[in-house]
Amino acid sequence: MLSPTNILSKSQVARTLTLPARAGVGLKPEHFKEILATEPDIGFFEVHAENYMVPGGPFHYYLSRIRERYPLSIHGVGLSIGAESPLDIDHLQALAELVNRYQPESFSEHLAWSTHSDVFLNDLLPLPYNTTTLQRVCDHIDQVQTHLGRRILLENPATYVEFAASTWIEATFISEVVRRTGCGLLLDVNNVYVSSVNHQRDAHAIIRALPLAQVGEIHLAGFAEQADGNNDRLLIDSHGSPVAQVVWDLYAFTLGLTGPTPTLLERDNDIPAWPLLLAEAKLADMQLCAEPEGVSA
Amino acid sequence: MNTQTNFANALLDIDVACPTGLSTWNGSDPSSRFAVYRNNVMVSLIDALADTYPIVLTLVGEDFFRAMARTFAARHPPRSAVMAYYGRDFAGFIGEFPPAASVPYLADMARLEMARVEAYHAADVAAIQAHVLQAALAVSDQLLSLQLDLHPSVRLVESEYSIVSIWNAHQSAENEFVLDPDIAQTALVYRENLDVFAVEVTAGTGTFVSTLLNGQTLADAALGACSIDPDFDLSSALALLLRLQLIIHLKTREVHHDHTH
Repeated sequence: MLSPTNILSKSQVARTLTLPARAGVGLKPEHFKEILATEPDIGFFEVHAENYMVPGGPFHYYLSRIRERYPLSIHGVGLSIGAESPLDIDHLQALAELVNRYQPESFSEHLAWSTHSDVFLNDLLPLPYNTTTLQRVCDHIDQVQTHLGRRILLENPATYVEFAASTWIEATFISEVVRRTGCGLLLDVNNVYVSSVNHQRDAHAIIRALPLAQVGEIHLAGFAEQADGNNDRLLIDSHGSPVAQVVWDLYAFTLGLTGPTPTLLERDNDIPAWPLLLAEAKLADMQLCAEPEGVSA
Repeated sequence: MNTQTNFANALLDIDVACPTGLSTWNGSDPSSRFAVYRNNVMVSLIDALADTYPIVLTLVGEDFFRAMARTFAARHPPRSAVMAYYGRDFAGFIGEFPPAASVPYLADMARLEMARVEAYHAADVAAIQAHVLQAALAVSDQLLSLQLDLHPSVRLVESEYSIVSIWNAHQSAENEFVLDPDIAQTALVYRENLDVFAVEVTAGTGTFVSTLLNGQTLADAALGACSIDPDFDLSSALALLLRLQLIIHLKTREVHHDHTH
């Protein structure tokens, strides 16, 4: 059953406008009916904005009903904040309409690009970190926050290559973006781990270098593993498997620094039955509820 | 310095070399790492097409479908971040894709499947009550200029092949056999509450509906239907649209002034 603290009336939502420091799960159409039928005790749901940029039908029917019962995070995957070209105003307006309609507790996007000369590449692509890109990213975030009339969270990426043109390390770049724009950080712990392996860096040091006071949400997901041209490990941010133990450990380390933080279990491929996703979210909830001393998994 | 142009071009075209300016901690060739992005993009586009076109996939098999989708995606990448409608031009591509010519109804099946996706996500609009239509039909001097707005989910797919029967035959594991795929069928696609349906209608009803969808009057639609189908019956066509709750608005188009109600 749903615990009373889980149900927010519309007026409460308007007042609080923050996700609860609990575990949430990515909402998938295959789970719509079961979620409404069972009303699981879970902190929040997150949806990809672009999936709901349709006029009507079942997606809006179910999301409206689930949103009445749970806090909501809307997570954009197509705004292309890191693009060299200007933001797509139509897309930004569609986001504004979606945010206005569902009044989510959180809206987030990625430090990445996905659109180039009107082609949408449907992936989160990397950018160099230097003074030029810093200015552009900050300008784009300013534009988004102004248009939406709210603070957004920016997610750190998982990357497979780095750029000779980078003059900043990623964590410092993100800290500067957060400082200049006032946006928050969506700290994807799996992305930190994936990038730390792919670029041979210390994951704990990356976490410590990020603007932890501005973390509004954490993402956890599973990764896949390949090898690069030298046969060294290359991790892929696949969202297609359970969270790895090493990422749970890094999550515990992170919570020790941030305190309890809304945490999303992301699963976009090989989506399992709802009870399995719920069980994985319960693992995060247990860490969130644990005392700091008991956190080290 | 248009680094993203090089990056984007190399993502979609495997004949374009991996972009310069990439670095790796171990000095390994960046191209094998760049290949991860290339693969992510292509697989995600192929998967999106597979989600939209499951019966096309079934008809040609997974390997053929993915090879065909890969060719399509490289030539027709998405122009929008809303992936639900990606591949609207897939049917046209299939129709001109020589390896697919042995399944002559494949392109029409793709049209039917995209129509179903569009119907699924179409706007929610309530239908009018039967008595509203009856009252309008009773006013004889309005009849000729009466216009019927249909539900935004309504689509028509006309085919030289038995696309409705073939689609239905692939909905169960038993895979019913379609005796003759070469019988022309017209599919009326619509959403009722949360479910999308595609029902076979006569050629006359198909013309009637498509004429209404074009915004022409009831009289034009009925005349068009009769001209291609002498057995077309206006009252049963209207009864069908009422029963399926597909009429959402009535208006009269005055010949001399633009009065609507």
